[in-house]
Amino acid sequence: MTKQILFIVCLIATLGVFSFTIFRLYQLFKLTKKFPIGNYGKRFGLMLEVAIGQTKIFRKPVIGFVHALVFWGFLVILIGSIEMIVDGLFGIEKSLAFLGMAYNIIFASGDVFALIILIAIILFLGRRAFLNIKRFSGIEMTHKSHLDAYIALTIILLLMVSLLGMNTFYVVSVNQAEIKGLYPVSTYLAGLIGNGEQYSCYYEFFWWMHILLIFFFANMLPYSKHFHVFLSVPNVFLSRLDPLGKLPNMDSITQEIKSMMNPETAFAAPTGEVAPPERFGVKDVEDVTWKNYFDSLSCTQCGRCTSVCPANITGKKLSPRKVMMDLRYRMNEKGPQLVKNGKDYTDNKSLLKDCISVEEIWACTTCNACAQECPININHPTLIVEMRRYLVMEESAAPGGLNSIFTNIENNGAPWQFSAQDRLLWTNELYIKG
Amino acid sequence: MENTKKIDVPVMAEVFAKGERPEYLFWVGCAGAFDDRYKKVARAFTKILTHFSTSYAVLGTEETCTGDPARRAGNEMLYQMQALTNIETFKNYEVKKILTICPHCFNIFKNDYPDLGGNYEVIHYTQFLQDLVKSGKLKMDSKVFNDKKITFHDPCYLGRANSEYDAPRDVLNAIPSTKVEMHRNKSFALCCGAGGGQMFKEAEPGTKEIFIERTEEAIETGANIIATSCPFCMTMVTDGLKYKNKEEEIFNLDIAELVATSLDL
Repeated sequence: MTKQILFIVCLIATLGVFSFTIFRLYQLFKLTKKFPIGNYGKRFGLMLEVAIGQTKIFRKPVIGFVHALVFWGFLVILIGSIEMIVDGLFGIEKSLAFLGMAYNIIFASGDVFALIILIAIILFLGRRAFLNIKRFSGIEMTHKSHLDAYIALTIILLLMVSLLGMNTFYVVSVNQAEIKGLYPVSTYLAGLIGNGEQYSCYYEFFWWMHILLIFFFANMLPYSKHFHVFLSVPNVFLSRLDPLGKLPNMDSITQEIKSMMNPETAFAAPTGEVAPPERFGVKDVEDVTWKNYFDSLSCTQCGRCTSVCPANITGKKLSPRKVMMDLRYRMNEKGPQLVKNGKDYTDNKSLLKDCISVEEIWACTTCNACAQECPININHPTLIVEMRRYLVMEESAAPGGLNSIFTNIENNGAPWQFSAQDRLLWTNELYIKG
Repeated sequence: MENTKKIDVPVMAEVFAKGERPEYLFWVGCAGAFDDRYKKVARAFTKILTHFSTSYAVLGTEETCTGDPARRAGNEMLYQMQALTNIETFKNYEVKKILTICPHCFNIFKNDYPDLGGNYEVIHYTQFLQDLVKSGKLKMDSKVFNDKKITFHDPCYLGRANSEYDAPRDVLNAIPSTKVEMHRNKSFALCCGAGGGQMFKEAEPGTKEIFIERTEEAIETGANIIATSCPFCMTMVTDGLKYKNKEEEIFNLDIAELVATSLDL
């Protein structure tokens, strides 16, 4: 009974903090622009393929496979965690055991996966600490980013240690005939210890350690780059479904041009339905779509995007990962102030220029390698082009070479200074044999 | 000239006036019309169209930039002006199918114009050629490239942007020659460095030019021919070969040129 009350108090505290975090995020999302979604069937299929099937992580096959094992392991172990919550709430033991054979399969694989994840995490930690992985460095990878990674990895390591400890001492302390579920790894470990009811306090210890770590981890994640654990699957579900080559249309401009092209509407009196003037493109966090912000929260800074970026490879400042990290950082900085002081609040800083430099924005070739590479379908190029839209249409601040092509396209319909009258010169004296 | 026939490229306004409705609009693109090197590609592809008696016409002086470089550089206003003008022209000529040689033109017609009301069947010339290979109409038995090693550089706007990796390869595979892939190919391919308006501006400061990085990768394969299928890629790779002083041994040719040469057109 005491255990039950203690558990309920812990759970309520966890859910309380978590709700506060979600509410705070909800307020930040409300500041952003719309991004329509639909086509849920297709999205569901994409989620199964890319998130559950981990297809894009396999673009780096070796380390990708290790990640996939950790992910699939998490899914199985999650069922065990749900059971622990039910057990804790109602003061019972192994509440899902009625599943019979399925229970045995789930818990046997959970037990094996705990060991696999444990080994994988040790591998990840070692790799991060001792191997010089290029994509783990870069100007955006501060001491804090690395610390964030080490903390998350350590917690996962402890989660697995406590899970194996819990299972082992369960097998040790319970009468063999009464054991519910199968625990291949833990049964082996139990064999090294012996058995007897006197070990049940160790079981209790690891049980609490495991569940409290889960509660702590759940509340820490939203403030860490490992928010990824919660958001990556939904982020894939909410992916852009268009081909990578497509850019979103700016309907406000279409309206403007159509009225210019049609003399009747061009000089007509305003109908009163004209939308209030909006800012073209993205300058600061309130100009991004909620999906851009979702992308930035889902990013776990793996750096696959940056490692394939042609600009970054050749030493330019642009790093697609940094674009996502800067957006998240800037929303944290400005968002709460906008919530508090209203949408006219300004701190005389902006995402573009103060976080992401103009130099970075112009270095992009829009080759889409970053978006192609991202294991959770984050889309960087559209956001980069949105910032270009701001620079060009609000500030007329394109690099000189681009201003010339704009002028040429306007005047003679080609990026180069050739007359449209010469468009057929290439057909002169064209012969075919035969 | 002996055994040669002059090609009179059909122009839409004239063809249309005669009451004919060509099956394809052949969109030449600014590079095909104005870039001296890429004019050769436009000519090569025109020969192929003529060889297969394709029903097509070009817009000629009525063609104008698709707006792609403006759009990727952030000038949405200019892009939409160009796009709406083009859509109007297409409407006048009842255009249903568009053949492009430039993947950037291909992409913008296919993916971006529909939002402005322009819906067409858009075909990249490599896809057009792929169909001819598949149907058995395009057979290249010529031995011209027999002892040549060809590597193909994927253009981003055909590859990643539109997931078309097979069409150019199927066409190249129909040409008797050795094919070799670069280390980064298909969806992993490295950009030539010209997209997103980069073609028309100075690169930002860095340690290397992107086109040099990519050309080096192509050279590493030991190929004698670097095949491209995009005017921007061609400018970049050709420059890269000059920079590496390899332009005498390694040739940068467009797939349309390889096919036209194989067919001895």
